[in-house]
Amino acid sequence: MTHEIEPEHIYAVSVGDRARRIRLASLRMVHAAGMGHPGGDLSCADILATLFFHALRIDAARPQDPARDRFVLSKGHASAALYATLAEAGFFPHERLAAYMKPLSMLNGHPDRCKVPGVEANTGPLGHGLPISVGMALAAKIDRADWRTFVLTGDGELQEGSNWEAVMAASQFRLDNLTVIVDRNRLQQGDTTERTVGLEPLADRWRAFGWGVVEVDGHDIAAMARAFAGLPAAAGRPTCVIASTFKGRGVSFIEDRVEWHHRVPTDAELAAAVAELGGDPR
Amino acid sequence: MTSDADCRIAFSETLVALAESDSRIVAVANDSVGSSNLKEFRRRFPDRLINVGIAEQNLVGVSAGLASAGKIPFTCGASCFLTGRALEQIKVDVAYSRHNVKLCGMSSGMAYGELGPTHHSIEDLAWTRAIANLTVIVPADPIETAQAVRAAAAMDGPVFLRISRMPVPRVSGDEPFEIGRAITLREGSDLTIVAAGVTVSRALEAARLLEADGISAAVLNLSTIRPLDRESVERAASRGPIVTVEEHTVYGGLGSAVAEVVVTSHPVRMRLLGVPGVFAPTGSAEFLLQHFGLTPEGIRDAARSVVRA
Repeated sequence: MTHEIEPEHIYAVSVGDRARRIRLASLRMVHAAGMGHPGGDLSCADILATLFFHALRIDAARPQDPARDRFVLSKGHASAALYATLAEAGFFPHERLAAYMKPLSMLNGHPDRCKVPGVEANTGPLGHGLPISVGMALAAKIDRADWRTFVLTGDGELQEGSNWEAVMAASQFRLDNLTVIVDRNRLQQGDTTERTVGLEPLADRWRAFGWGVVEVDGHDIAAMARAFAGLPAAAGRPTCVIASTFKGRGVSFIEDRVEWHHRVPTDAELAAAVAELGGDPR
Repeated sequence: MTSDADCRIAFSETLVALAESDSRIVAVANDSVGSSNLKEFRRRFPDRLINVGIAEQNLVGVSAGLASAGKIPFTCGASCFLTGRALEQIKVDVAYSRHNVKLCGMSSGMAYGELGPTHHSIEDLAWTRAIANLTVIVPADPIETAQAVRAAAAMDGPVFLRISRMPVPRVSGDEPFEIGRAITLREGSDLTIVAAGVTVSRALEAARLLEADGISAAVLNLSTIRPLDRESVERAASRGPIVTVEEHTVYGGLGSAVAEVVVTSHPVRMRLLGVPGVFAPTGSAEFLLQHFGLTPEGIRDAARSVVRA
């Protein structure tokens, strides 16, 4: 697809400011659509910004380049954050974000690779992204290609057994070209993960399955950049980056509150959130 | 006519031959390297045989990921587990995502006989044919199996291939298999028997038995369940009653697919033969086919009743 290069893409924008813009766009999209998952969008904004504007070897002008790194959003309900990231990265014009979940829009509530440039996998049902990513990483190994696969999962999502099938296989196949980032915000739809079906000791569990593990602050862009620069964390093994985050990060009245899993901001709440996030030209 | 043969042999021989000339082809299995007849594939292409272990959800997800990077995975598992355990992955990761995965449901139907309903796959056609974008193929004999494997590999898109382990006689004639086209194996003027897979040879036998009653039965091999060859079914319906025969529950399978066309084009009397909405009792595959009347005699009797009703 071709479109005008927007001014923001000409000048360097810091990764942190990318994250801020992703947060603003996500909240506006959820507000306009009247539905969405703002808590999960905001918890992974810094992770997405670090990946797309620092770590991933991708070119928005060539979304099908066979040599590109792959990114899979397994927590597909954070679609607003993904779409905002893809627009910010230039995969499609920012204006299209206004159609989020509107009738016949390409921007479904959960991402569709057949419709949205930059989307690598159709996700939504949880526990799908990691098995797909194992397949991608295997394909690169078979072809002796050096592109890498990154997959972002939720933490509550790890209660799905399919993930652990994939975790075992990735270890068996020694997929050191595969990195999982766990958005460890400790909340799921209705409660904390630990009060629901606990995940701790999470790092030990991944290590026990044969993975290299890095624990990092999922809102510290420099720390995440260092983690991604040091991949794989253990030679010959897949890497799990456990990114400690807060759901709803960046907006005081949304942050770390379970009810914002899929609450929609009112007009006044949106205005307050935008102000807290420092506003935006859009 | 040659002796009865297991379609899995034609399946794996064809797959090995295809893989020889197309490096994109990989085989993915859920520990079923033996039962899916993939040992020769593994011997020839050890780097292209991926055994994910006993993990069907991962089996299908991994296949989708391989396909997204340009591979053509032939994803093999006992049909009962492949379709039942990984149905959401089949729907989302393969069909909805339009990934070029060939799902191979092995030992389908009631071929596992005595092992019981846990290992029978008599719902797989209902489940798979309900899913958009998914082509569903049920080859009738080794020749058609080989042709279907080649056609699936040549087609860019998700396919479910239902492969039996029950030895079957050759039924294919000169007309080659083509996805989406039913083949008339025998002309007839009084009714049409529509069958697929292991029931095709039985339908042909029934048509021969019906000659003694002075009933002229056509036999249609409906090897593609989706997309359905509406034209052939409509032509059959315009000629007279229809009997469908499937090694599957009568709820949602081949008979239902045919009925959906018949009621909206040429409503005619039908009989739907198959498993009548029950879990099968204990018995061999052959015993169970007899138990449910899926024999030449059973089909003949149904045909008589529908013609004379």
